[in-house]
Amino acid sequence: MDKIPILKMSDFLLVTIQVDLYDQLAENLESDLINMVKKYNSHGVLIDISAVSIIDSFMGRILGNIAMMSKILDAETVVVGMQPAVAITLIELGLPLKGVHSALNVEKGMALLRSKIHNIEQDTLTDDSSTE
Amino acid sequence: MIVVLNKDELRIIKEQDVVPYRNRVKEHAVKIGMGLVNQTKLITAASELVRNMLKYGGGGIAIIETVSKGRENGIRLIFSDKGPGIKDISLAMKDGYTTGRSLGLGLPGTKRLVSEFNLESEEGKGTTVTVIKWKNG
Repeated sequence: MDKIPILKMSDFLLVTIQVDLYDQLAENLESDLINMVKKYNSHGVLIDISAVSIIDSFMGRILGNIAMMSKILDAETVVVGMQPAVAITLIELGLPLKGVHSALNVEKGMALLRSKIHNIEQDTLTDDSSTE
Repeated sequence: MIVVLNKDELRIIKEQDVVPYRNRVKEHAVKIGMGLVNQTKLITAASELVRNMLKYGGGGIAIIETVSKGRENGIRLIFSDKGPGIKDISLAMKDGYTTGRSLGLGLPGTKRLVSEFNLESEEGKGTTVTVIKWKNG
């Protein structure tokens, strides 16, 4: 059975999709990823789709689901490296990928995740101080 | 008049047939020199339609043709299944309508991605969807 590898990098999970996904593979990725978020207490998920040549409504829904599920487990999702032709097609198809953050490349995606988590930590810190 | 230059036929009966089918569509599109954006649109449309055929029609035959009309070249895709058919085509073409658990973007979204779109369906007999993407369309 094929499997998309998920790498743990400190607080984050890193997924690079390098093959064309069929439905079962995408669904497995979704559940594996959500389980890993819980298992490793991750605060961010970074999905590299630079090698993905098409995203149809099914794949788009999976990405949206991953983002929403991670969100309620307190993790942010960033999708990086989308090809321009894929972006054009997604919008014409009518799939705006709500709730999914995006960045141009892995480096910027990592920076975005860090800043989001940093902000949340700072917010909680300031909240604590204001209640004291 | 549309002339068929090349024809390819694939049986789609399981999920794993989708990826090879998409690759075949891509090969045809590359061969006629279709640009990357149109290629991506065509393959995405193909992916949506082939999934519909599997999910609602229980699989069927997918035909890929290289066609030409006057000076224009393009790819024509035909999907025919012997499934339950579509009861209300105008409803099925509406954004956001679905009988399954999907987003309901498949048919209307696909129509936006291709140059020509035709859907014929008879309840109890099956559905045939034909789309054309012109090289520069």
